[in-house]
Amino acid sequence: MKSLIKQLVETPGPSGFEYAIRDVIREAVADYADEIRVDALGSLIAKKGTKTDEGMRVMISAHIDEIGLMATYIDEKGFVRFTNIGGVSPLTCVGGRVLFMDGTRGVIGVDGIGWGKMPKLSDLFIDVGATSKEDCPVKVGDVCGFERPFIDLGKRMVAKSMDDRIAAAVAIEAMKRLTSTPHEVHFVFSTQEEVGLRGATTAAYGVDPQVGFAIDVTRSGDTPRTNPKMATALGDGVAIKVRDASFIADPRLVDWMVKSAQEAGIPYQMEVLEAGGTDGRAIQLTRSGVPAGCISIACRYIHSPSEMVDSDDVENAVQLLVKLLSDPIILE
Amino acid sequence: MTKTNNQPTGQAPGIGASQIELLEKLCNATAVSGDEHEVRQIVLEEIKEIADEVTVDALGNVLATKLGRGENRVRVMLAAHMDEIGFMIVNKHEDGLFEFERIGGIDERQLPGKSVLVGRESLPGVIGAKPIHMTTAAERNNKIETSALRIDLGPEIGDRVKPGDRATFATRFEVIGPSIRAKALDNRLGVATLIELLKHAPEQIDLLAAFTVQEEVGLRGARVAAYAFNPDMAIAVDATPAYDLPHWDDDDENDRYNTRLDAGPAVYVLDAATIPDRRLVNWLVETAQQAEIPCQLRQPGGGGTDAGAIHKVRSGIPSVSVSVPIRYAHTAVSLARLDDWTSTLKLLHTALGRVTPDLLAVERRD
Repeated sequence: MKSLIKQLVETPGPSGFEYAIRDVIREAVADYADEIRVDALGSLIAKKGTKTDEGMRVMISAHIDEIGLMATYIDEKGFVRFTNIGGVSPLTCVGGRVLFMDGTRGVIGVDGIGWGKMPKLSDLFIDVGATSKEDCPVKVGDVCGFERPFIDLGKRMVAKSMDDRIAAAVAIEAMKRLTSTPHEVHFVFSTQEEVGLRGATTAAYGVDPQVGFAIDVTRSGDTPRTNPKMATALGDGVAIKVRDASFIADPRLVDWMVKSAQEAGIPYQMEVLEAGGTDGRAIQLTRSGVPAGCISIACRYIHSPSEMVDSDDVENAVQLLVKLLSDPIILE
Repeated sequence: MTKTNNQPTGQAPGIGASQIELLEKLCNATAVSGDEHEVRQIVLEEIKEIADEVTVDALGNVLATKLGRGENRVRVMLAAHMDEIGFMIVNKHEDGLFEFERIGGIDERQLPGKSVLVGRESLPGVIGAKPIHMTTAAERNNKIETSALRIDLGPEIGDRVKPGDRATFATRFEVIGPSIRAKALDNRLGVATLIELLKHAPEQIDLLAAFTVQEEVGLRGARVAAYAFNPDMAIAVDATPAYDLPHWDDDDENDRYNTRLDAGPAVYVLDAATIPDRRLVNWLVETAQQAEIPCQLRQPGGGGTDAGAIHKVRSGIPSVSVSVPIRYAHTAVSLARLDDWTSTLKLLHTALGRVTPDLLAVERRD
């Protein structure tokens, strides 16, 4: 699974520009899906299973976009000014490296503010090694992602886009292991989550699910001086979301997820995320409303180029997802 | 699948005296978000003879359909919002003084000393300000909050103005040399453009024209209009700031100009509400290059257009935005170039004439 994770996290795919990562996923799910389609906003939707009498049409959503940057201006000396795609902190930009969709590489520099001062995005620029506007290969509107190789620390793994490629890996692995299901499952690899759950919004309308789950990373509260406080910790098991700032998980689903984890002996932890949102909201609010939940993977340093997750949490997330999709869904 | 048709089939539109006259009528009309009646009446009058079907929906959008001919017609939605930023009267005081609030994004610093028109009767009033004789240096360095301002309609106004009435800047439309000066160029330029496109609709597509309401307060009209049309693709036609002025405070290049006057229509690649479909961005840019129509990319950044609502409707609608660049947007007077407007109309008309199912047959490649 780690080689799949490495491939997923190292492929660039800022929001709205998910074509490369979509191709990787298309290939990864080809052998396990009954049917694959791509919707108008670029989400890849892989269907598996046939609905039985005790089954439902289920949507699983893992977003494949990541935060990134878009060029806004190339100055006379060939430096590239940029704006953010999704929640990019200037703090994690300085000294970072970026990879444009055409393969151009660059580094992020900062000028004009005192040492140790917090820069604004407008203080930063990308240097692609050009000497002038004329020889700069980047044009206004070009898009880049952060570039950072995957590192395997054994139990822990680090990458630029664990948010949310680790969930894509969980979904793909679950598709692979899922041998029998009473449900018609639509695995949605959604786009544009980081800019407002846009891909999941249209995918949910198209799938018209009877129940849905997002899979996403969540904050972990186990680093020195964590603030604000948070109960989740790396290695404490798959996290079952009760709520985040965007939606409140259906309490019947939460209970059923907890019961399922207990039955199968899968380590789990409860998650209450006070900020941040997930595709769960998009599923819940589509059409006339859908019971929705979320499986989370605790993650340190979210939206930095070095997001860290725990391998056992990832394995437990796969096991829980397979378990949930193997059984009839009980809403009571 | 139809064959690629590079020529617009409808008669080519242009900007002449009658188009300018229509824009003048549209700009001078009042249509503050939520009460777009006056502009809607002008639109309905203009399009009633041309469109195959015209309806006014529950929110007040005008939905006009112009059907094409032949097989495999792409259903293209064009959206231009009819509403404008403005004011709403919230409370009455003695002597014809009225408290008001802002509707849509208006910088409070723009308000003192401006003439306004209030209510359906367009009654003239002024937003008063303390004269310089009476102010202290400290006061002059501070912004005056809207809550401290009043619209002065005079003691004779009586009951003709009441809370809930809208008001707008009293600026009248003028053409000065190559430029248009008016209030509400955002987005009467779009409305006038859309009317011309309906009049000259290419025949190989179905043109679904939405003259939308409540864009300035959150893209509300476009959302339901797109649901009703359920189009194959959509273009929001709007106006966007040109901040193409030299930097006077340092030697830096102006790297935040957004758009420039005289550079043609602005095609969007990213704003706060939409990441436009690159198939459509490329289609517009390539059309401009091949037809030698001036065209610029709007700098990626904030803001939003009706596309922000449209692209998320139902199972998703490939969308893009095209705007006429204007200086001083969302103030009492904005300024546009006739040539930019002409190029915008020409680009959209030429591009629409080239739409075939092939445009959307390839997967979104971005």
